[in-house]
Amino acid sequence: MGEKKAIQIQQVSKSFGKKIVLNQLNYDILEGQIYGFIGPSGSGKTTLIKMLVGMDVPDHGAVVLLGEKMPNLPILQKIGYMAQSDALYTALTGKENLEFFASIFRLTKAERLERISYAAALVNLSDDLNKKVSTYSGGMKRRLSLAIAILQNPQIIILDEPTVGIDPALRVSIWNELLRLKKEEGKTIIVTTHVMDEAEHCDEIAMLRNGQFIATGSPDQLKVKYGVSNLNDVFIQAGGKLS
Amino acid sequence: MRIAALVKRILLQIRRDKRTLALLFVAPIIVLTLMNLVFNGDPVEPELGIYSGNEQLVEKLVESDIIVHPYEDVIDLKTYIVEDDLDGFLQVDGINTMLTLQNDDPTIAKNLEMKVKQVLQQQFASAPMQQAISQPIIETDYVYGDSETVLFDTFSPILVGFFVFFFVFLIAGIGLLNERTTGTLERLLATPIKRGEIVSGYMIAYGLLAVIQTVIIVLFAVNVLDIVLVGSMWHVILINIVLALVALSLGILLSTFASSEFQMVQFIPLIIVPQVFFSGIFSIEGMAGWLQVLAKFMPLYYAADALKGVMYKGGGLGDISSDLYILLGFTIVFIILNMFTLKKYRKL
Repeated sequence: MGEKKAIQIQQVSKSFGKKIVLNQLNYDILEGQIYGFIGPSGSGKTTLIKMLVGMDVPDHGAVVLLGEKMPNLPILQKIGYMAQSDALYTALTGKENLEFFASIFRLTKAERLERISYAAALVNLSDDLNKKVSTYSGGMKRRLSLAIAILQNPQIIILDEPTVGIDPALRVSIWNELLRLKKEEGKTIIVTTHVMDEAEHCDEIAMLRNGQFIATGSPDQLKVKYGVSNLNDVFIQAGGKLS
Repeated sequence: MRIAALVKRILLQIRRDKRTLALLFVAPIIVLTLMNLVFNGDPVEPELGIYSGNEQLVEKLVESDIIVHPYEDVIDLKTYIVEDDLDGFLQVDGINTMLTLQNDDPTIAKNLEMKVKQVLQQQFASAPMQQAISQPIIETDYVYGDSETVLFDTFSPILVGFFVFFFVFLIAGIGLLNERTTGTLERLLATPIKRGEIVSGYMIAYGLLAVIQTVIIVLFAVNVLDIVLVGSMWHVILINIVLALVALSLGILLSTFASSEFQMVQFIPLIIVPQVFFSGIFSIEGMAGWLQVLAKFMPLYYAADALKGVMYKGGGLGDISSDLYILLGFTIVFIILNMFTLKKYRKL
């Protein structure tokens, strides 16, 4: 595991109108670790994620990915992103969606074939690739979005609620694969989630509420710090202290 | 290449959407055919009431396909016209004649007026005794409207351009709008694709569709509907393709300001309909000064001018080049604005 910083969030603030969404956030994300952003709806998770992929810019402060200040186009090649809502071309088949994004990432023909079959197999969609996305179930669409996120073999994988609508068995296999990507390929992975037992898989957790990190650290550190036995209680405790 | 991937994807999407394909290629043909049938119907024989005309005059009028009804008096001729549904009433008093037209349908009124004048001219010419007076005096009066009422029976070239503009505007605009509402545009902008590549991809993909549409409409209009074409068909296609580029870039641009398909449709009365008023169907020279200035901002104004130039007047490339340059200018401005509006999604 490298100790290099993959992402630096420096003094980041953002407000929409009068509402302060992110308030002077400071956080470093190290390479080769899985980070979990946890927080209730409206806590600013998605806004933060959008800044990481350069779609939003902070009012103050900076987001630095792999040593480059965002937004930065070449860095986007190294980021796999899965948005909260499935952004898929429903008139096309699963394979056509993957092929389109593969071309956008400028993969060679050989890479394209290899990465598409790898990504499809990972999310268990190999048999459904030639069906139109409009016939997919909610879970299948989620899986296809995930496949697109890891398609170009990115260094940093950012997943906004990746396991919503995915059945427990597949959820386990997706998490196993994320852990493997971290261990064997040294990927940096950022996941937002509501599900606390998923957060247990993360190396580091950052709890976000009202635009501020209310608690950060490894799951065990947090449990010790708040003297509780599970992350749910950590969240309630930390949130209670704030208000 | 990213642009090629984008073009391929858009065309694939459209190909799967049979209804949109039909709207692009079949709808203009149906509407043009319908217009053609409506405007080229058999001419109606106008009905004319007449008072104190001689038999020779009546005969001549009947010869030129006018149904003539002689009347005994002219006490209340406007009532006669309305109640007996005459298209006009002719009073003859020596060499002075008075023509009153119902004018509920300007086409019929103009037609009748022209025929009556012709007949009277002939009558006059064949009566050598009266040559001393140079012209027969014909007064014309109207029941409805006046002689300023215009008829637009010769706007088929403008129609061809209008269809290209309308359908390309709508379909390209809704295409990009869908991409925004489904979140795929955002997803796309989280990849290293450049904003210019997105705009180019859209321009090329819908441009190709517009070329096919234009060729189909023009070939159909000229060969099947026999719309007048004095100049070169290639020039007509060229004008329409340039116009389609304007429609494309404008449609994509305006889709940024719509949050649903319904809001996109709301641009039709705002953007499309006013263009029709300034496209030359109505005489622009007769409009108030500030309206004439406004016309200069309407892409369809230039396209219609160029289309009329080629299809009616048989003009060549030299005659339409300034119109084409202005249309290309519109396109460039809209494309640049598009690049800026995409900044809303990604600052780079």
